[in-house]
Amino acid sequence: MEAVLDDFDTYLKAFGYTLLLFLVAGVASMIIGTFLAACRVSPVPVLRGAAATWVTLVRNTPLVIVFGTLSFMAPMLWTRLNFRWVDVHIGPFDFTAFFSAAVLALSLYTSAFVCEAMRSGINAVPLGQAEAARAIGLPFSGVMTQVVLPQALRASVPPLASVQIALIKNTSVAAVFGVAEATSRMTSFNNDFASQRTSIFLCFAVGYIVLVEIFSFFSSRLERRWRVAR
Amino acid sequence: MLRSRARLAIAGITLMTAFAACGDAGDDDEGKDVDADTDAASQIEDGTRMAEIRDAESITIGVKFDQPGLGFKSATSDVPTGFDVEIAKILASKLGLDTDEITWEETVSDNREPFLEERKVDLVLATYSITDERRQVVGQAGPYMLTGQQLLVKSDSDVESIADLNGQEVCSVTGSTSIDRINEQGAKGVGFASYSECVQKVLDGTVEGMSTDGSILAGYAAENEGELKVVGDEFSEERIGVGYNKEQTEWCEWINGALTEAFEDGSWAEAFESTLGKSGVETPEPPALDPCT
Repeated sequence: MEAVLDDFDTYLKAFGYTLLLFLVAGVASMIIGTFLAACRVSPVPVLRGAAATWVTLVRNTPLVIVFGTLSFMAPMLWTRLNFRWVDVHIGPFDFTAFFSAAVLALSLYTSAFVCEAMRSGINAVPLGQAEAARAIGLPFSGVMTQVVLPQALRASVPPLASVQIALIKNTSVAAVFGVAEATSRMTSFNNDFASQRTSIFLCFAVGYIVLVEIFSFFSSRLERRWRVAR
Repeated sequence: MLRSRARLAIAGITLMTAFAACGDAGDDDEGKDVDADTDAASQIEDGTRMAEIRDAESITIGVKFDQPGLGFKSATSDVPTGFDVEIAKILASKLGLDTDEITWEETVSDNREPFLEERKVDLVLATYSITDERRQVVGQAGPYMLTGQQLLVKSDSDVESIADLNGQEVCSVTGSTSIDRINEQGAKGVGFASYSECVQKVLDGTVEGMSTDGSILAGYAAENEGELKVVGDEFSEERIGVGYNKEQTEWCEWINGALTEAFEDGSWAEAFESTLGKSGVETPEPPALDPCT
């Protein structure tokens, strides 16, 4: 316990990275996932096929493989993909090649699950809604953004919350891909303070539980506020 | 029907060829077997853990599986190789055990102490640095090797020492002592799962350099001749020892005795030459052993 308390700044900074990975990848995955879901229900066969292929491919691949592909294979195919051109420093946090690759891997991976959660929401919107939207002359983009997606989003809050909670915990994979986030720091602490392994583990477990609980709290509030009255 | 079966056959053949190709990868250097030293074994006092192992004719030793030259097991071989492994074989032989009576267990940095405490392994020889902190939970005898941290960079790099990389990212293994030392030196340690992944990151230019024990780096520099080089002085000193369960205090004197014998009869030097020495590192003087308390 003393090991973590004595170096509490490091502990906080580690969870700062975890939180930042989650926030950036969470927002990005929502955007990509929503776009994918729109593609999957679009009237254009090519878009439907492409989105379905993407979801099948990414959803069936272990996250470590997605990380590995982006960290090791991508730079071999195209040098620009080593992300060395990303070099942003804000306060104590460095956003460099490793952070970028991790965010990209997490966003792409999570987007497939977001897409499916969204699609379940879209299926929950009564067909009459889309037909009515078309009847007043809205094009496909209008039908989606004005009528279907706002309702679909409300219906899919619970599954989306599950997907994003999984993302909070998935950020731990970045530990072995160059980001000094919580799990990586825990390993360092364990290595330095062999006699305090159990308490170190508990400290970091509590950190993750707190993050997930905060997120769950807000998502259940949102769920109640956004409930669609039918 | 016929088409799908043909497709299946083609897929099967492709897979088989792929596996066959994998089987050929790398030349397996199994290391040499060390026969049981029955004279030494007969002198072990009864009632000790060593005598139990001698009579049971089996020992479990924890080693690394991912550090070339020290403890390494390729996907296609059954036994690990490296300096730690050779020293483990010498210790086992002095317990009256042949090399094939040793059970090798992979101990990554994180599970060395738990495995010793739970008695999943009898000894740990896994690049195990001796520290006061660790001696509170496990027993550590030795050291049988001294090593220090250096820097591996691209051959055309201007970097001469860790000081040149102040504030920049340097690759090492997540949660290792090496990564702490990098941070202490003013560079920013970035962690990957294994050293070979760091080598990849140096080669593709994502990081300027990587750092860990000089002996490990020398192996990678030799493997990628003309592309990578080892630079700078050693900026840390690690004392690599043998870990044992803290309650079995009889180990310490015995391990020190066995190591002293190995230092004197040349088997220690031989173990070094056949593993780490291959990459051109000169065989050093055997280190001074810590007295047992």
